[in-house]
Amino acid sequence: MNPLTEKLFELLKQVTGYIYPNEIEVHWGILVVVYPYLTGLVAGAFILASLVKVFNVKEVQPAYRLALLTALAFLLIAPLPLLLHLGHPERSFEIFISPNFTSAMAMFGFVYAWYLMVVLLLEIWFTYRKDLIIWAQGETGAMRFIHRALALFSTDISERAVEFDKKMVKGITIIGIPSAFLLHGYVGFIFGSIKANPWWSSVLMPIVFLFSAIVSGIALVIFLYMVITPLRGEKIEVRCLDKMASFLFYAVIVDFSLELLDFIHRLYESEESIRILSDLVMNKLFVSLGVIQVLLGMLLPLAVMVSIRLFKLQEELRKLLYFVSVILIQLGIFATRWNVVIGGQMFSKSFRGLTTFKMDLLGLEGFVMALILLSLPFITLAILIKLLPPWDKVVKSFSDGSAQ
Amino acid sequence: MERRRFLSKFISIAASGTVLSGFFKRTFARSPDYDPKGHYYGMGIQIDKCIGCGKCVEACKAENDVPKEPFFFRTWIERYVIKRDGEVTVQNIDPRIEQSKEVFSEGDILRSFFVPKLCNQCEKPPCVQVCPVGATFKTEDGVILVDDDRCIGCRYCIQACPYGARYLHPEKETADKCTFCYHRITKGMLPACVEVCPTQARIFGDVKSNASPLGRFKRMNKLHVLKPSLNTEPKVSYSGLDGEVR
Repeated sequence: MNPLTEKLFELLKQVTGYIYPNEIEVHWGILVVVYPYLTGLVAGAFILASLVKVFNVKEVQPAYRLALLTALAFLLIAPLPLLLHLGHPERSFEIFISPNFTSAMAMFGFVYAWYLMVVLLLEIWFTYRKDLIIWAQGETGAMRFIHRALALFSTDISERAVEFDKKMVKGITIIGIPSAFLLHGYVGFIFGSIKANPWWSSVLMPIVFLFSAIVSGIALVIFLYMVITPLRGEKIEVRCLDKMASFLFYAVIVDFSLELLDFIHRLYESEESIRILSDLVMNKLFVSLGVIQVLLGMLLPLAVMVSIRLFKLQEELRKLLYFVSVILIQLGIFATRWNVVIGGQMFSKSFRGLTTFKMDLLGLEGFVMALILLSLPFITLAILIKLLPPWDKVVKSFSDGSAQ
Repeated sequence: MERRRFLSKFISIAASGTVLSGFFKRTFARSPDYDPKGHYYGMGIQIDKCIGCGKCVEACKAENDVPKEPFFFRTWIERYVIKRDGEVTVQNIDPRIEQSKEVFSEGDILRSFFVPKLCNQCEKPPCVQVCPVGATFKTEDGVILVDDDRCIGCRYCIQACPYGARYLHPEKETADKCTFCYHRITKGMLPACVEVCPTQARIFGDVKSNASPLGRFKRMNKLHVLKPSLNTEPKVSYSGLDGEVR
């Protein structure tokens, strides 16, 4: 007996009620949880960066470039879990060369390519172009070559050229916001458009995905900012932190309202599937949804952020509470992805039974692989930060003149 | 005299008809120029005739190289036991699954029946809609097939199928499902499950043809399809379908 069927025989014993016989295997495992989690972070980090540019939020300027690089690092890794999950990864190029235009998933190639090439890389290039040239001038050896090459060997740092760069950044940001919405909204659509699955099939799904993405992206940038700044021996700018946290606060409120609306709507309409979905939530998802996603990942951070706003807390305490909140939020959003992806496959489409998901420790679809995939964007980010330092002191401000 | 002439004429016509039809059938089976435009396939299932013997499942597995383990099915049989207290027990009848051998006390049972399940070959197939690379497609004669050489194994179609009719083939790592035994029907043969069914619970044929067993089945029965609210328009229809069946 091969390991898969052995595992399935084991799972068969844990099935409750009746499920269609082909449903025992949970087809989309931990890697498909990681994928929307990563793209969500991309979209969220980018939207935070865009807020700085479009609405000229000066307080968040210190984290602007960090947010852009974070978006890029996570975007570069985002397709990996999908690729590894395929039965035939060597055929993945088929999505690009012979896409089926009625498939939400087929649009992946186009949305991804658009976002990477047209939005993110261009914005980063125009943001960094002048600095790259200046850095290259003061360097020797490999680094000099790398920076010159990254600037595509352009040398013009005249006022007119820099002015043009600024204009481009602004323009790309304006295209970028709807693109970021598209990137993650479409991931939500992949699930929301499956009418066979009542747990997924919801018109709110893309919007819920989007707002949870914004929440997770902002939380991640706050986390990175709070970790990296002291490591560099710098002082965390509390104004910047407060502003990002207030964005986070509003995003969490919208996200929470949307999810609450979805919940109430389902309960009130009480369709055929309501019984099995209640079973699912009360049994299989009680911890991951009730405790981690809602209680720890949403209500607790929300309460903390409300208290920060109500009682004028000391700076140090504020920082600590922010730090705890963003970690809890991150945990909560990961649980959100888990509950959507795994939860949606644990009940039978016959609405008569539940199956179980047993994650492997090792192997292509295992826990260790998920950890590797979740840490890869941070490694990528470290390399990007090395190549393109996003810090104020290194960057002789060009985008804002004085604020930096 | 009249009657004798009529009888002898009738017998000779019937005999030649049988010979001729056999001839046509054979030549059709061998014919390389099968024209898919001339067909549009569907299946009828008479719930009251199914005895749950599972021959169709075995035949299907043998004919189509479906893995033997009870997690991979192109077709399967569900047993419904509805008890007097309203409790419904559904089981997949498979000799490899212990639970399916459960015996119920007769006095408790309100009604009980078997439901053969298979791909519904939907007119509006959600699986085809979602396949990112077009590996799963609808043929001109109305059958939904998977191109093994193109399928990337993303399993989106498995998620999109409301009927649980698809699985990932563990060796091929591609999506797999009932094809109505396309390799057989295009040669004029019946799908394996239909051919072995001892009670003719399954009726295969052309949905547009009236003068056929399927046509007769459709005329003589009140029909229903599975999950009609999803608007997939199945081409597998059931007679005697109970409201408990999903």
